Amino acid sequence: MLYRENGQFKTSYRADQQIFPIAQDRIAIALLLAVAFVAVPMLASDYIFRAILIPFVIMALAALGVNILVGYCGQISLGSGAFMAVGAYGAYNFFVRIPGLPLIPALILGGLCATLFGILFGLPSLRVKGLYLAVATLAAQFFSDWMFLRIKWLTNDSPSGSISVNNLQVFGLPIESATSKYWFCLGILVVVALLAKNLVRGAIGREWMAIRDMDVAAAVIGIRPMYAKLSAFAVSSFIVGMAGALWAFVYLGAWEPAAFSVDLSFKLLFMVIIGGLGSIMGGFFGAAFIVVLPIVLNQFLPLLVGLFGVEISTAGVSHAELMIFGALIVWFLIVEPHGLAKLWSTAKQKLRLWPFPH
Amino acid sequence: MKLSKLVIAAAVVAAGVSSLTTSAFAQAKEQFFPLLSYRTGPYAPNGVPWANGKQDYIKMINARDGGINGVKLTFEECETGYATDRGVECYERLKSKPGVALFDPQATGITFALTEKVPNDKIPLITLGYGLSVAQDGMAFKWNFPFMGSYWTGADILVQHIAKGLGGLDKLKGKKIALVYHDSPFGKEPIPLLQERARMHGFELQMLPVTAPGVEQKATWLQVRQSKPDFVMLWGWGVMNSTALKEAQATGYPRDKMYGVWWAGAEPDVKDVGEGAKGYHALALNTSGQQPKVIQDILKHVHGKGQGTGPKDEVGQVLYTRGVIIQMLGVEAVRRAQERFGKGKVMTGEQVRWGLENLALDQKKLDALGFGGVMRPLSTSCSDHMGSTWARVHSWDGSKWNFSSDWYQADEQILKPMIKAGADKYLADKKMTRRTAADCQS
Repeated sequence: MLYRENGQFKTSYRADQQIFPIAQDRIAIALLLAVAFVAVPMLASDYIFRAILIPFVIMALAALGVNILVGYCGQISLGSGAFMAVGAYGAYNFFVRIPGLPLIPALILGGLCATLFGILFGLPSLRVKGLYLAVATLAAQFFSDWMFLRIKWLTNDSPSGSISVNNLQVFGLPIESATSKYWFCLGILVVVALLAKNLVRGAIGREWMAIRDMDVAAAVIGIRPMYAKLSAFAVSSFIVGMAGALWAFVYLGAWEPAAFSVDLSFKLLFMVIIGGLGSIMGGFFGAAFIVVLPIVLNQFLPLLVGLFGVEISTAGVSHAELMIFGALIVWFLIVEPHGLAKLWSTAKQKLRLWPFPH
Repeated sequence: MKLSKLVIAAAVVAAGVSSLTTSAFAQAKEQFFPLLSYRTGPYAPNGVPWANGKQDYIKMINARDGGINGVKLTFEECETGYATDRGVECYERLKSKPGVALFDPQATGITFALTEKVPNDKIPLITLGYGLSVAQDGMAFKWNFPFMGSYWTGADILVQHIAKGLGGLDKLKGKKIALVYHDSPFGKEPIPLLQERARMHGFELQMLPVTAPGVEQKATWLQVRQSKPDFVMLWGWGVMNSTALKEAQATGYPRDKMYGVWWAGAEPDVKDVGEGAKGYHALALNTSGQQPKVIQDILKHVHGKGQGTGPKDEVGQVLYTRGVIIQMLGVEAVRRAQERFGKGKVMTGEQVRWGLENLALDQKKLDALGFGGVMRPLSTSCSDHMGSTWARVHSWDGSKWNFSSDWYQADEQILKPMIKAGADKYLADKKMTRRTAADCQS
């Protein structure tokens, strides 16, 4: 009743092709943004910001990037952690070596480093696909681990190999407090998400999807596989690299290569699979699932068993966390193999008929 | 049916959200110790006794003394799994609890990340025998306390010990020492000092990194076999240590030529290897065993009442005792701070920091605390946040650790300029300045 497009007539192509053709969607998104930018900072505590919202926003950005490559272009990649690392270390090097370089250009330059790295390690995608490509991109992961552990220059000759940044500011405003960090990350996320959404709706996004669905057929109708695949690698690793730089600069503050280990690559891949391949929304759901759920479980379990008068040890909690988390992944994949984003669109379909189903 | 599901889901979500938002309500007269630990993952064998020691000491102080001058001690453990991001999450979760005293992150990577955060939150960070070596310079690192030693002092003492065995530092010339290290900031920290020592005495330093967590070391030990170093220094943690000893056994490298850091010299490292580790040496910051009075007190007041954290027979192991010492230093810092800021009050992080900076634990005090013979006296100051740079070597005889050397002190002459230079570089990178002398008074 509330959510239907009846009566909303489009009189121009422009109106027909906008991102959210339905007025209710536009209102909902505007509300969501208002909540995210205004209401959340008023309500959330310092802990919620620093431990949940900021990592969630940054990982959502990374998942968005991975989704472009894996979800839209169908190139399975296990090198996402490496792309994040290159983004982080690239941004760091520009940041410390060019005095006075503002933060945002440093992040963008870091993203560009990741782009180059992504294109380089995307080259195998021209010859191999599927699981073989996943293994080939794993090389990126090991290469970046090696590079940032061994090449001293990249870590500014830090004796321990651990590097850190501080005094972050944007346009003279310090990025110190939890709220400012959150706003900064969220701002970048919104801009990048908008760009990504438009990219995947445009010609290039359709090329990616054509390649994903059947590359031979795509090539026959005139799509250049090399251009499409490498551009997907480039765009994806740019976004992932930016996310890596944010993860290092804003969330961790000081980091070592282990912060971008192969675990992170797997996590990012799980995020897009669970969230929903080929959907911008999916990245957000996946990031929420992978980042927030373990933390919630970790704090919720002792309370839950406490209700029954049982005390559970820290080790017990973290074992149970892993088991429940694993079980939930399996359950979600069985119930909805297309990811949480599919659940979302099903819900939207149902909402159209609500409250009077046929 | 649908409705009931919805209600359950809503209840679960509501409970989850409330568990996140409601922090423990302010309770009077409780000093809170956040305990970051890892009881899972590849570092758990070593992380568990450490965490148990910290927890048992808090329980013992509450049971035996009723807290610190009437202030009860509370704690909450948070599992980091040795991962930096989870460690940061734990820190953010626990730092705002009322009465929070200090953090002991139990991991070098987490220490690096928290070092950037603690000055803003005004909570001290204690890293006994690990963390940032340059943080000994308290004028530069106001909030870091690497008590009793850093990787630099450890490496220095090992070189001294090896030289002593050879008959003097000049005998090191032409020798080859291999450093088998955990490829992370933890393992890399000693390298600058060893390079300095190698330059001074003319020994060759061969660096052999082991990829974390260190369960795969075949290639490393093949290199050891090829290059036949005179000595091997083992800079490992967790499963890496026992794996290294097994590989040394497999390649036939003599274990009595192997020297571990104090993080590679506890029961979990050698127990599985047993006889194969016989003769292996490692640095020791503290004793082990159940004889010391403090351990007896823990057995009596905590384990005797069935409230022990871990198995009773592991009480008093090397890392357990180290956990007890770490917690004791924290408790004594609170006590010291209370002497100045008011007995029987809950101390803030800033006040605890003052206490940490003005610790004076002489032999008499240690004996009274039940730590006689367990550790060396320790006294900190504004410029020295380490308090003591002494350590000795113990060797595994196949069933227990025995001390095989006297106490050594790390060489000030070498360390001081390096720490000064390192701290200055850190400050310059961060565009920060040293503390003033006036700041020491506060």
